[in-house]
Amino acid sequence: MNQSQVLLATQGVAKAYGPVVALRGVDMTVRRGEIHALLGANGAGKSTLVKILAGVQPADAGKVYVEGRTVQFHTPADAIAAGIATVFQDPALIPDLTVAHNLRLSRIDEAKFQAWLERFGLGKLDLGALVRELPLETLRIVDLARAAARAPHVLLLDEITAALTADQAERVFDLLTEWRAQGKSAVLITHRLAEVMRICDQATILRDGRNVAELVTAEVDEHQLVEAMLGASVEPMLKTTQDATATRRFGETALEVRGLTDRHHVRGVSFAVRSGEILGLVALEGQGQDRLFDLLSGARRPAAGEILVAGKPCRFHSPYDAVRRGVVLVPGDRLIALLPNQSVHHNLALPLFNHLRRWLRIPADERPRVQRAIERLSIDVRAASQVRRLSGGNQQKVVLGRWLVSGFRTLLCFDPTRGIDIQTKREIYALLRELAAQGAAIVLYTSELAEISLVCDRALIMHDGRIVDEQDAATATESSLLKAAHGLEVGV
Amino acid sequence: MSSESRVVRGRVGKERSLQRWAAENPLAVLAGVFVLLFLVTSAIQPGFFSVSGVRNTLLQAAPLGILAAAQTVLMLTGGIDLSVTMIATGAAYVAANQSPNGAAIAILMGLLVGLIVGSMNGVGVAIFRVNPLIMTLAMSSILLGLFTAWTQTVLAGSTQVAPFIRMLGGGSWMGSVPYSVVVWGGVAIALIWLLRRSGWGRLIYAIGDNETAARLAGVRVWQVRLSAYMLSGVLSAIAGILLAGRTGAVDLQLAGAFLLPSVAAAVIGGTSIFGGMGGYSGTILGALILSVLNSLLTFLNVGQAIQQMVYGSIVLALAWGYASLTRRS
Repeated sequence: MNQSQVLLATQGVAKAYGPVVALRGVDMTVRRGEIHALLGANGAGKSTLVKILAGVQPADAGKVYVEGRTVQFHTPADAIAAGIATVFQDPALIPDLTVAHNLRLSRIDEAKFQAWLERFGLGKLDLGALVRELPLETLRIVDLARAAARAPHVLLLDEITAALTADQAERVFDLLTEWRAQGKSAVLITHRLAEVMRICDQATILRDGRNVAELVTAEVDEHQLVEAMLGASVEPMLKTTQDATATRRFGETALEVRGLTDRHHVRGVSFAVRSGEILGLVALEGQGQDRLFDLLSGARRPAAGEILVAGKPCRFHSPYDAVRRGVVLVPGDRLIALLPNQSVHHNLALPLFNHLRRWLRIPADERPRVQRAIERLSIDVRAASQVRRLSGGNQQKVVLGRWLVSGFRTLLCFDPTRGIDIQTKREIYALLRELAAQGAAIVLYTSELAEISLVCDRALIMHDGRIVDEQDAATATESSLLKAAHGLEVGV
Repeated sequence: MSSESRVVRGRVGKERSLQRWAAENPLAVLAGVFVLLFLVTSAIQPGFFSVSGVRNTLLQAAPLGILAAAQTVLMLTGGIDLSVTMIATGAAYVAANQSPNGAAIAILMGLLVGLIVGSMNGVGVAIFRVNPLIMTLAMSSILLGLFTAWTQTVLAGSTQVAPFIRMLGGGSWMGSVPYSVVVWGGVAIALIWLLRRSGWGRLIYAIGDNETAARLAGVRVWQVRLSAYMLSGVLSAIAGILLAGRTGAVDLQLAGAFLLPSVAAAVIGGTSIFGGMGGYSGTILGALILSVLNSLLTFLNVGQAIQQMVYGSIVLALAWGYASLTRRS
C-alpha cells in the first residue's frame, strides 16, 4: 500500500487500567478518503482506543502515526492540533454553561459552528441555552458540529447515531460521504451493523483488546461481521454449574412485568421469571437495560405498565418498596452499593436495619447471619475493617452477600462479574445456581455472552428498549445472541 | 558501616511503629494533648491544678460537649446544624419564661422547643432536600428575629430561672461534681450506645458514608435524617437549659459563642464533615481540649485579639494533625 495514502495508523497500541488489560496491541490503518468502522463486542477496547487517539489517555505502549509521522498526544489539544477531532459517547460539554460559553472554552469560531448546525437542521438552536437543559440528541449534534468546525483530517465518532433520530443520522451520513469525497477520513464506532454496511469502506474488528480482522465491507455481510467479533473459538469456559441442568424445576411466578415503559429508554417490556429460574438478559450497551433495572428495583418509577410480585400488582416508589417485597438489586457499579468506610460486617448487615422497628434493637442473630454469609461466599476478611480496601471481587461478594443476610425472593443482578477475576466469577456463577436451586428467582443482565449458556435457563434479548427475542439458554449460542442483540433476524 | 545502617534502620523502624500506634489510637493521642494542655495551664496558673480547676474545666466543657454531640450526629450523616446555639437560646428563654410553673414544666417546654425546631430543620433537609448549611443558617436567623421581637412580650421573665434549673446548671453534687457534668455524662453514655450498639447508629453512619448505597439496601434515608435533626434539636435544648441555669439570666448572646467550637470539637475529635467516619468519644476529648485552651488563653492575659488568633491557629493545627495522622493508616 502506498504510505502517503495512510492518514492515521496505530501500531501495537496497548493500555491497562491497573490489573485490567483493555488493549493488548492494536494495529489499525485509516486511509485518506475512507470511512472506517471500528467494531467489537462490549469491552473489546473500542472506547479505550478512541480515548488514546483523542489524547485523553496516554497509551502504555505502541505508536500512533498521523500522515506517516509518529505523534505523541499528551493532552486532547495535541490530538486536535494534529487534525483529529473526536465526538465522545457522552457529550463533552459543561452542563452548567451555555452552548456559546462552551464554544468559547474550546475556542471554536461561532460562525463556522452555526453553519454546521444549520446543515444538521438545528439552525434555530439558541446558543444562550444552558447545556443541561438541552436533550441528548441535540447535544450530540452540538458536539458533532463543534468537531466539524475544527475542520479536522480525521473525525472520530463514538456511537454518534445511538441517540439520534433517523433523519439526523441521515444528515450525519451525508456529511461523512461529502467529507470522504474531499479526501478526509472518519472512524465510526457503532453497534448498528446496517450503518457499517451502508457507509463504511473498511472495518477493523477488535476482540479482547486486539485487532482480529480487517475487512472490506463490500466483500462481507453482517453475519460475517458478527462472527468476526466473536471469534471462531470462544474461550473454553468453565464447566462448573451447567451439570445440574437436567433436574431443574421451576416454581411459581416470582416477578412479572407487563408493558413496562419509561419515557424514552424502556418501551413496553413484558416478561415473567419463576422461582428457581435464572433469566438472562442480553443487550448491547445503551439499549435501556439499565433503566429497566432501575424500574424493577424501585429506583425510578415507570411511566406506564405493571409490576407484579407473586401475582400481586405493586407500585415501587423507592427501593424500600421493592426490598420489602423481596425484590433486591445488585447494581452494575458495585461502588454505589457499598459503604466504603464501614466494615464488611456493617456492609453485610445493612438491610437488616431498613425498618423502623429495628432502629433500637440489633437482632440477636445478626452476627451468626453475617458470619454464615462470609463463609458461604468465602469473603476474604483480612482487610475487613473498611470495605474500600477489599479487592473488586471481594467487594462484589459483599454486595451480593448483603442479600443473603437479609433474605430475598427475586434477585436482580446487573453484570455482576464485570471486571472481576476468573476465580471469583466462577464462585459467583456457582452461587447464583445454588440460590436458584433453593427457590430464588434471578434476573441476570450480562455483557459476557458466555454467561448465558453457563448460568441461565432462558435469555431475553433487548434492543432499543424492547424485548426483541427469547432464546433457550441450552441452545443459544453467542452468535445467535449477538445477532439478535444487533436487531438482526436469527436463523438466517 | 553495616552496624551503623542497622542502627539507623532501627530508629526509623521505631518511629514508624510509633506513628502506626498513633494512627491506630488517635483517641489516646487526643487524651495526651488534653493532659499536656492541662499541665501547661497549671504551670502558668498554679491554682489551676486542683479540684476546682478540674471542676471549672468540666463546667465549661459540659454545654459545649452537648452542643458538639448534636453536631457530631449530624456530621456523621454528612450534615451540619448551624442553628444549635439559637435553639439553645430559645430553649433557655422558654425555660425561664415557664419557670413560675415549676421546674419540670419549664424543662419539658424547653426541650419541646428543641424538638419542634429540630423537626423543622429535619423536614427541610430530609424531605425538601434543602442544603443543611442553608436550612440551619436560615433557621438560626429566623429564630434570632423571633426572640428579638419577643423578649419583652411572649418570652418575658428571662431572669426568673427556677432554682432547680439553676442548681442543674451551676451547682455541684457534694460540692465537687457539677450536676451539668452528670447530665453530660448521661448524654454521652446514651449517645455512644446509640451510635455503636443500635440499628439507628448503623444507619447514621451508613447514610453519611454512601446515601445511595443505603437507599438501595432499602433504607428510607429521609426518616434517618429527620430523626438526626430532631435529636440535634433536643440536645441543643438540653445545653441551653444548662446554660440558663448556670448564668441565671437569659439573653440573646447566651450560647452564641459556642457555635464554631461545637463544630471544632467534633472535627478535632476526628469526625469527618463529609460523614460516615468518627464518633462521640473523640468529640468529648475535643470539647475538653477546647475548654482547657480557653482557660489557658484567659490566664495568659494577652488581650482578646491575640487570644482569638491563637485559638483559631490551634484549632486548625489540631484538626490538620488528626487528619494527617489517620490518613496515613
